[in-house]
Formats: sequence, structure tokens, C-alpha cells
Amino acid sequence: MSLDAATVRRIARLARIRVDDTEVETLKSELNAILGYVEQLGEVNVDGIEPLSGGAQMALRQREDYVTDGEIAEKVLANAPDREQNFFAVPKVVE
Amino acid sequence: MSIFDLTIAQASAKLAAKEISAVELTTAYNDAVAALNPRLNAYITTTPELALEQAQAADARIAAGDATALTGIPIAVKDLFCTEGVRTTAASKILEPFIPPYESTVSAKLKAAGAVTLGKANLDEFAMGSSNITSGYGPVENPWKRAADQDAKLVPGGSSGGSAAAVAARIALAATGTDTGGSIRQPAAFTGLAGIKPTYGRCSRFGIVAFASSLDQAGPMARNTEDCALLLNAMAGFDEKDSTSAQREVPDFTKALNRGVKGLRIGIPAEYRLEGTNPEILALWDKGIEWLKTQGAEIVEISLPHTKYGLAVYYIVAPAEASSNLARYDGVRFGKRVDGVDLIDMYERTRAAGFGPEVKRRIMIGTYVLSHGYYDAYYLKAQKVRNLILRDFTTAFETVDAILTPTAPSAAFGLGEKMDDPVTMYLNDVFTVPASLAGVPAMSVPAGLNAEGLPLGLQVIGKHFDEETVFAVSAAIENAAGFSALPELRAK
Amino acid sequence: MAYMLEGRTGAWEVVVGLEIHAQVISESKLFSGASATYGGAPNAHVSFVDAGFPGMLPVINKECVAQAVRTGLGLKAKINLFSRFDRKNYFYADLPNGYQISQFEHPIVGTGIVEIELQDGTLKQIGITRLHLEQDAGKSMHDQHASKSVIDLNRAGVALMEIVSEPDIRSPEEAGAYLRKIRQIVRYLGTCDGNMEEGSMRADVNVSVRKPGEEFRTRCEIKNVNSVRFVMHAVEAEAMRQIEVWESGGEVVQETRLYDPSKGETRSMRSKEDAHDYRYFPEPDLLPLVLEQSFVDDLAAKLPELPDEKRRRFCDDYGIPFYDAGVLVADQATADFYESVAKGRDGKLTANWMSGDFFAAMNRTGKSIENPPVSAADFGALLDLITDKTINGRIAKDVFEEMVETGKAPGAIVEEKGLRQVTDTGAIDAAVTKVLADNQDKVAEYKSGKDKLFGFFVGQVMKAMQGKGNPALVNEAVKKQLG
Repeated sequence: MSLDAATVRRIARLARIRVDDTEVETLKSELNAILGYVEQLGEVNVDGIEPLSGGAQMALRQREDYVTDGEIAEKVLANAPDREQNFFAVPKVVE
Repeated sequence: MSIFDLTIAQASAKLAAKEISAVELTTAYNDAVAALNPRLNAYITTTPELALEQAQAADARIAAGDATALTGIPIAVKDLFCTEGVRTTAASKILEPFIPPYESTVSAKLKAAGAVTLGKANLDEFAMGSSNITSGYGPVENPWKRAADQDAKLVPGGSSGGSAAAVAARIALAATGTDTGGSIRQPAAFTGLAGIKPTYGRCSRFGIVAFASSLDQAGPMARNTEDCALLLNAMAGFDEKDSTSAQREVPDFTKALNRGVKGLRIGIPAEYRLEGTNPEILALWDKGIEWLKTQGAEIVEISLPHTKYGLAVYYIVAPAEASSNLARYDGVRFGKRVDGVDLIDMYERTRAAGFGPEVKRRIMIGTYVLSHGYYDAYYLKAQKVRNLILRDFTTAFETVDAILTPTAPSAAFGLGEKMDDPVTMYLNDVFTVPASLAGVPAMSVPAGLNAEGLPLGLQVIGKHFDEETVFAVSAAIENAAGFSALPELRAK
Repeated sequence: MAYMLEGRTGAWEVVVGLEIHAQVISESKLFSGASATYGGAPNAHVSFVDAGFPGMLPVINKECVAQAVRTGLGLKAKINLFSRFDRKNYFYADLPNGYQISQFEHPIVGTGIVEIELQDGTLKQIGITRLHLEQDAGKSMHDQHASKSVIDLNRAGVALMEIVSEPDIRSPEEAGAYLRKIRQIVRYLGTCDGNMEEGSMRADVNVSVRKPGEEFRTRCEIKNVNSVRFVMHAVEAEAMRQIEVWESGGEVVQETRLYDPSKGETRSMRSKEDAHDYRYFPEPDLLPLVLEQSFVDDLAAKLPELPDEKRRRFCDDYGIPFYDAGVLVADQATADFYESVAKGRDGKLTANWMSGDFFAAMNRTGKSIENPPVSAADFGALLDLITDKTINGRIAKDVFEEMVETGKAPGAIVEEKGLRQVTDTGAIDAAVTKVLADNQDKVAEYKSGKDKLFGFFVGQVMKAMQGKGNPALVNEAVKKQLG
């Protein structure tokens, strides 16, 4: 499987990273080199093997249902690049 | 003996005996940082005033008889650990203005133990790299030099390259690192330090900027195994804020250091003798095997047949998780924003400007391998092979107590080398990645110098939550190796 | 008779499936300790976890898991002891992490069944495909500022249950009945308040049309419909639109649409189209959720009686018709009120009175079952006065109105106003004698065969006795004197 320029653009759009035409070409060859390398996994027989997704092998611990957090709007907003009163602000979205 | 040559254990003893004060020690280190960091670039942010305040508090604590082994010990904290009120960048431009209103669990534990923070150590951007050259704040210079070429700048390894360079150059007594595929072990090897990646789940990930959640683990980097044990004692432990944190007792790791290796079965995986590996590295490995044998260990040839696929698995799994973990850097709630004509344009410009090329590459690869139509072929397949790699270790550990391998396929290389394509750089992690994928603990310990006078490390891999055996074996190698070389560039 | 829409080319069948998002009742959020309470000052119920800050990690709320299991049990569904969380990746201003933690491959609840009842009394089973837990997003507001949208993350991270139905629904009426039924069940269970105005319950409606006997055709998803009425309207409007597309030679394209209640039509949401590659993968910050069977059994044992079972039991225990029982179990409070009154009394009498005068008074006075127009105790006492023949049914209606108006106990009203029923046969006979004497012409007509006049005489006697005569005794006396 080899990436073409259109796929690189589609992936960049999905990842919300703006790329210009020269970057597309560079990325295309770099990404294809990586994909070429990982291609070797094709030779491994994984019939009947469960995927391993986590680093830890144990059951999920559950917490009690208490309110222990929040009410820190000022701290939550302190790093915001733009805010309007106690809201985060972004360019207007037209729906 | 210079104050900078003290290990944690030695400094702690002098502090307790009031031979030196924490303020004196910290002042010496602050001065050393001010003198050497402009050249080494090991720190992104230095906090000398904060360090001094902490040192004063440490002295008060020592006076009150309430000190721990780390009270008053000046350390560097990798700039991936969020530190309350102190800028945390993950070496990315996108987090340039970010001041966390909270503290990571691990750095909080070190603070609570009385450790003094000199500053935030440089790293590869979002910990993605093996040379520290991807940092948005400039590369770090390895304080070690090739004997024949004192001018050539070498990389300190990565991603914890700033931590490694700082400790090696004596502008920190020790440091925290994080390891996702070798980010503690490989830079430790490149700079003549000891560094351990504990079992996944041993140290809390809360407050550590995430790279690949199923692999990231915090760990210490220090002058020797004893210092690592002292640090890990404080860093490890269950944290209810991290669902992957293990609910287990933390042993006193220093107690394992003198256990010796008599009767231990040490596995030597045939598959790690990769074709083309530097003969010096292989020779050092053989030396390590001899040392352990001499001290009474039984050497067992083992097979980890899927090891060779480790890197390929890693370069699917880690970018996939990273592509998702880094989606939060969108210029809305924190970090840098680049304005755009609409929301999507703002996202795209912010992320294009804020992320460096390696981070973009990994986000792109990660996005691709998770995307519709490719998930099964790449991500799912990688997860299955990951399971096979875990099985390899599980099977091996039925017959051996620990595994010995080289840490990295080469010594520190020059700044600008291995840049031809991303894969060449990725090959640095070939020996360290399998333990990360399996979640088992692994430590790099300095074992010798190569012909150019650069340090080389050996890696000891242990069973899940058996860091004690890892420490015991590493300490045995450390004793046998008697590694005492020092880098040219260092505080004296 | 199956619901069909008539097009130019003949009849079309409507195929509908619903994805209901029901906000879980809990104190704190699904993965953080911030309050899950509705409202609050902007960004007040927000932790660093909810706002997706670097290094923040999710820790699951036990109660949200229990609520999902309870709901699954209420839907007669399979509870999956092994389930897992996945990340659904997409960018949006009110989605702080750039992904929603949801359950994709392994939901906590599997297939189940819900029974709905239609207007004509028909019962129909609708299949449940699955129920999974996920995080709610925050709220973007576009009308607060001239050039900016502003974001409040108070709802970000609140637990939602997404309940997915099979495409078993075949009409707007069924869609409405299904949504109401789910709302009734979660309210009975106390797992969701079902409040659609506040957005704690909303539905994505999947609609397609087909000619009878055909395979399914392409469907469209109408997002975030927030009332039962709108769901019904949206189904119809979207079905009509699709029929028009097919019949004019076009092709329905699979897409996300929005229902506009003011225009009564659906329109395409093109903005969401390019974001449809969600790149689901297992959430690496969480481990698989593994439940013990004993945990599920324990919740099952403590589950409240559900509306369907209660309805059948009311029929059996109180001898009331199936339809009436359905009205009484509409919500838990009404059912409880009924049962507290009917227990130890005539269930049928209680049901009749509740469906009649009681509900009428409740509607008229704007009260609710939680704050009823008469208390259960007083209401029961009134029924007792009827049963023990202290008052007759007609007088009881007056007493009831008096109770609603004054809040007085029925016994007191009866005593005060002297409304006790007259059972003295002497007094009744005297009244009958007088009525017959005053109406000799009618008596003659009756005797010549006009049987219908019997009721007239009874009415006149009751009137003469100010309504207090025991109806049975009056009947008997009239019959006797007329010979």
C-alpha cells in the first residue's frame, strides 16, 4: 500500500494540519518509507491471536460517584488563547 | 572530591550530617546550570529561585529531622511532566505559553520527598525522537565527545535527552525521564548513566503529557543504579487518578541492589544478535554475559522470535495513540493559537505552526493507520503481533529471571547523522521497544566505552513488577564494569 | 392496518430506527469528579480532565456503570460482562480531547426487546440492538457574540447511554410510542430523567422508505431531535422527502440531516460530512470493563417493577381492564398513587375514579400526581364512604369537588352538609308515594307499556330526596309501588 498525494492531503485534513504542496511531496515519501518498513508485519501469522491494546493486564478499577472536582472555572480558563467572560471563544461556527 | 561528583546517596549522607546544606548544594547546581546550559541546552526552562526556595525548605526539614533520601537533592524534571505554576512545553511550540494549574503525580511525589527542582529538561518534541533533535527549543548537546574529535557535537539520545545531558554534565544530580520505546534507556546509554523504565503501571501517568498512553512510563535517570533505586522508591506507587496504575506495594528497591545474581537464570535472546550490529556492541554484550556468569548466574539461550517485529509494531501503535492524544492541541483551551478565517482553518493553522515535522509525521501515520479501510491491515495487525511479543516474554520468563541485551545498536551519533529518512532514526529503538510493548521493566546500565571513548550501555529486562531483579542484575553489571569515565563537558 | 405513504408510484413503507441518547442520572461525570448537575455558571462543572488538559486521565464512575446495567436489565437485554471503551476521533470546538470516549466494538449492553402499544391497542415488539456508555460533549453557542462562538464545557464528560433500536419501527406513531416507552422505562429505573427540553434525552432518527416487500433502501440520519412530537414529524417529513426523491428518478444519498421544526422539514448538514472517518480504537487510558455476574444479579434483584409488569399485575390484582392499567402505570408516581389508594379497596372503583374525576380535577387545577388535588388518604376515605353506602355515587362527586376546593376530609364534608345516604325504607316509600301521586298521567302511560318512564320516576324520587336516597332501595320501592 502506497500513499498518493491526494491521500496525504485527506489524512492531513482529518488530522487538521495545514500542509502546502511541497510539504505534501515530502510527507508522501517519508510516510511511504515508514509504511514500507512496517509492511514486514504482513509475514507474521496472527491466526487466532487476540489483539493486545493496553499496557496493563488487569480489570478496570471504578471510582465512587462523588463530586470531587470542578468549580475551578478561572483555572480552567486561565490558559485560554481567547475567552469571553467565562466561556472559551473560537471563530464563529455557522451551522 | 567536587560537590558535583556526589551521588544522591552520598549527598544525602552529607546533608544529614550537616557537612553541606541543601542551599549550598542547590546554589552550586544553579550556578553550574547557568554556566553550562547555554551551551548544552539541556533545560528548556530553569527555575533557580524556585530551586533555592525548595532548598531552604529542605534545610528546614533536615533540621527538623524529617528528611527523606531525596530531601535537598537537586534534580531536573523532564519537560513532559506538568508542573504547577511552571511552564510545561513538551518541547513543542504549541505549548509555549502553557502554565499548568496542576502538578503531575510523579513530580508531586518527588517534591513531597523534598527534592529540589532546577528546571524543566529538554526532550524530543512530545517525546517523539531518539536524538533530541526534534525539540522545538533546539537540540541538546551530548556532554560526551569522541576522543578523536572534540568539536563534533553528538546527540544525547532521546527523547529524554535533556535529562540525560543534564545529569551527565553534572548540571543536575539526577532527573526524571519518560520512556515510551526507549526514551530513558537509550539516552542513558548515550550519556553513561543508569536509567530504568519501570513496569507499565508502576508510576502514575497522571499529569505527564501523553505521547502513547499504552506505552508511556516515567522513570529515573541517574549516575548509578543506587540513585535510580532511591528515586524510583519515591516516584512509584498506586495513583487513583490513573486507571492503568497498579494497586501494588512498592518495595524498597535499594534493598535489591546487593542481592547478587548467584543462582539467577539470565536469558540471552538469540534474535538480538541482529545482522549488522556494531561488533563493539556485541563484544560488550559478551562481556556482560561473562560478568554475570562469573558472579554465579546461569546463562540461558532464549528465543524471542517476534522481537524483530517490535519496531514495526511500535511505529504503528505509538503514532496511532499519539494522533489521538495530540488532537487536544487545537488552540482552544490552552497553548498557542494561530487565527484562521473559521474554526477549521484556525485548527489547521494552529497545528501546522505549533507542531514540528517529526510530530506531524507521526500524527499523519497514526491517523492513516486508524483510518477507515486501513485499521485492520495496520493497527489491528500490530496489536496482534504486540500480543505475540508479550507472549515471547511470558514464555521466556517461565525459564529465566531476567534478560540481558544491549541497550542501543550504536553509541551516541553526531548531530545531523541518521537524518536520511525517518526509519534510519527509528532503528535506534530496536533493542528497547520490545520491553515497552510488553510492558515489562528494563534498565540500561553503563558498561564500557567504545573505541572512540563514548559510553555504551547494557539492558536488563525483567518480569512484570519485578524491578528488584532488574536492579540486582544491573547492580552486578555496574560493579563488574566499574564504569568511572566522565564526559569532557561537565561541572567541576 | 400498516402505515403506508401514498406516492405517485404507489404505496411506500417507512423504515425507522432510533438512537436515543439518554443522560445518566449520577452525581459526577462519567470519567471525572466534576458535578453532572444540569446548569451551573459557565465552565463551573468542569475539571481539567473534562477540559482535555495535557496529562489528564479518565477514571470511570461506578454508578454510571450500574445505571447502564440497570437500563439494560430494564430493556430485557443481554448484559455484557466484558465491555470496552474506544475513542471516537473528530475535531469540534466543544469536544475538548478531540475524541469522545465511547463504546464501539464491545458495548456494555447487547440485544433486548421493548414492547410498545399503539393507539388502537396493538402491541408491537421493537428490538434493541445495543446500549453503550459514552461522554457527552460541551455546548457551543453561536448567538452570544457577533464574531465568535463561545463554549461551555459543563456538559462535557457527563455520562450518556446511547440506546440503539433495530430498524423495526414502521410509522411516525410507532416512533413516538417507542421513544415514550424508553422514556417511561428509564424514568421508572431512575437512570435518566427523560427531560427532553433540557436535552437529557434526545434522538437520532434513521429513516428510509421502500416499496412493500423490498430490501431496505438508503437511509438518512436526522440528528438531535428533542421531542416526541418532533420525532414523529421528522419521520414523516423525511419519508415524504425521500419518496419525492425516488419518484422523481433521483437517488437518496446517505447523509446526516437536521430537522427544522419551524419549517417542518429536514435539511442536509453538509458541515459534518467530511468528518466521518472517526478512527475508532481502544481507549488506551482505560482497561476493559469487566463485571461480575453477582454484581449484575444484585442490580437485577433490586430493580423496581417495570411498567409492563406492573400493568399486568394491576390487571390481575385489581381486576381492571388492560387499557385502564396502561393509563395508571404511565409513570411511577401515578402507579404508586393508584396502588396506595386501591390497596384493600375496590380496584375497579378506584381506577374509574382516578381516570375520571381525579385526573379531570388534576388537569383543571394544574396540579400533579406529586402534588395531587386530594391526598391519597382522603381519596381512599371517599371511596370507603361509597363502598359502605354512607353516600351514593352521585353525592360522592359533589363531595369530591368540595374536597378539591377546600381540602377538607370527605367524612367531615358529609357530616357538615348532611349528605349521608337515606336507607330508611319508610322515608323512601313516602317519597315514592308522593312522586307517583303527583304524576298520575305518567303512571298511566307507564302502565300502558311505556317502560322507559321507570327511570323518570326514580329520578324524581332522588330529586325529592336531594340526591341522598340509596339508589338500589329507591329502585326497589318504585318498582314495588308501580306494581
